[in-house]
Amino acid sequence: MIWLNIVIQGALVGGFYALFACGLSLMFGVLKVINLAHGDMAVVAGYVAVFLSPRLHIPGLWSFLVVVPLFALLGYVVQRTVIQKSIDRDPFTTLLVTFGLSVVIENLLLEMYSANGQSINIGSLIGESWHPASIIYISYVSLAVLAAAVLVLLALQLFLSKSGIGRLIRAVADDQEAAQLSGANYRHVFGIAAAIAFATVALAGIAYGMMTQFAPTSGGVNLLFAFEVVVIGGIGSLWGTLVGGIALGIAQQFGAHINLSYQILAGNILFLAVLAVRPQGLFGRRSSLA
Amino acid sequence: MSTERLIEVPRARVKVRRSTHSPIFTIIGALVLVCLLTVAPWIVPAQFATTLTNFFILVIMATMWNLLAGYAGMVSIGQQAFVGLGAYATLYFAIKGLNPFVAIPFAALVCAALAVPITYLLFRLRGGYFSIATWVVSDTALLIIGTIAVLGGGTGRTMPGLQNLSPGETAHFSYLATWFVALIVVTGTYVLLRSRTGLVLASIRDNEVAARSAGVNVRAARRSIFVIAAAGCGAAGAVLAISQPFIQPSNEFNLQWAAEMLFVSMIGGLGTIEGPIIGSIIFFVLQQSLQQQGAWYLIIVGALAVVIALWQPRGLWGAFRDRFHTELLPVGHWVEPGESGP
Repeated sequence: MIWLNIVIQGALVGGFYALFACGLSLMFGVLKVINLAHGDMAVVAGYVAVFLSPRLHIPGLWSFLVVVPLFALLGYVVQRTVIQKSIDRDPFTTLLVTFGLSVVIENLLLEMYSANGQSINIGSLIGESWHPASIIYISYVSLAVLAAAVLVLLALQLFLSKSGIGRLIRAVADDQEAAQLSGANYRHVFGIAAAIAFATVALAGIAYGMMTQFAPTSGGVNLLFAFEVVVIGGIGSLWGTLVGGIALGIAQQFGAHINLSYQILAGNILFLAVLAVRPQGLFGRRSSLA
Repeated sequence: MSTERLIEVPRARVKVRRSTHSPIFTIIGALVLVCLLTVAPWIVPAQFATTLTNFFILVIMATMWNLLAGYAGMVSIGQQAFVGLGAYATLYFAIKGLNPFVAIPFAALVCAALAVPITYLLFRLRGGYFSIATWVVSDTALLIIGTIAVLGGGTGRTMPGLQNLSPGETAHFSYLATWFVALIVVTGTYVLLRSRTGLVLASIRDNEVAARSAGVNVRAARRSIFVIAAAGCGAAGAVLAISQPFIQPSNEFNLQWAAEMLFVSMIGGLGTIEGPIIGSIIFFVLQQSLQQQGAWYLIIVGALAVVIALWQPRGLWGAFRDRFHTELLPVGHWVEPGESGP
């Protein structure tokens, strides 16, 4: 029963990791950019939700209805300005620029909000859970986040394969020059992809704020997890992201079960083991290894 | 069978000249600077000596980071792994009874030895994925060190072997140690870049595909640079652990080290030896003048680095050099038209 609980809790946390990672995966797949400020964007989304929901009289639970569109817009603007400018230089510059932004954002949040933890108020829902068996408690919030992750991945899959703009995104991701020759405005397509990535990261940031407390420095740790998820699942595979998230979640729960201080270490070791044994990830193709 | 030349290939009429300038001037200037900085702790106030120590720790780290990113094209945001491992190796040797100052080169060696297997994992990834993987390695090292009780676990412990020195003496000696390590690291980098390896690195930096097709073993060159940078950062960690002798995982393995190395190299100018030193000076001037304003110096330095990366990617020294055609530590080659070369 203990082991079943480890798997269930791991899968629940894994849903959140997958939600967090799919924006990173999308940005890399389409723009070939690793956004090192990805984690900090989620934290900013959390702070924006905490800031806006009392002022706009929206309950914390529904704050994502405002913050997610806001971040989609922000993603488009940031992409068309700063990120596109650094892509035009070289991939190397995008790393330096996004890492610089990450440190700047983190320290700005520290100056504005101090290092104290914050969370998004969702009332009594935070403590409620489904209790199917003796020691197994399934938190409704975690379950909702896992469901949201699956929904977002499904929607992304459908959007990329069925819609016109989705096909355009895949065309640009596959061969930017050929798509450009066929008349695609790749900068606009990049902007749309960044908007989607920022929307998912805002959703992930709000989910994080509902599940637990966040602080200005939470972004870094979460970027690390998101990155591990992408590599474990396989770079460029959306469903691999979900499996990678769940695998990381279970590894961490397992580590925590042995000793609480081994929680993150167990995840890191799983990541390094996958890198050593199967560097293309569980679902990746070797050719997609960047 | 005799080889017969079917087509007469005209010999390239170029002359390759080492870029250098009046050696006497350079040597005298360097000697004066070295002497001044060696006697500095006896001239300047004690508090300033501590600042100088921290300055040279940053110079060491930034010089190593510049070698990694500016020459070998590896953006590592996990160099704090080796800073931390260097600090903890020194602590370990000190617990075993070795004088911490004597332990510095051994700590650097330990880091170099650990870096070799790590490259075999990290080099499976490229670009941004390589960057974040270096961070995972650093995080893993932090977590593992935190579980070792002898080394103080997660809460930390004081460096033994320094108790019979007065605080003033500790400050002086750790300044001297740091300054000598910095001198060795900067001179070593200069010699390395003027050697054949330097030419190989410059070719990778300028065009990796061309370097590869000219027979350069890019992977081996990268591996050796990663190991050298690990040793350098390990030495920086060792002197850090001596100058701030309370050793704690969250401090020694702080991501802020990586941020500082990166910002300083970018602001000064990647791919030049002078750049990281100039960047470090700017960083310290800002840090000292904004001391009362909390983390604002880091915000300003970070924003400055982003602006420079976007609009002046050769950094301040690069821009200066391009305008005035001057180099303090020349490592390049000039190709000029002239009589037939060899």
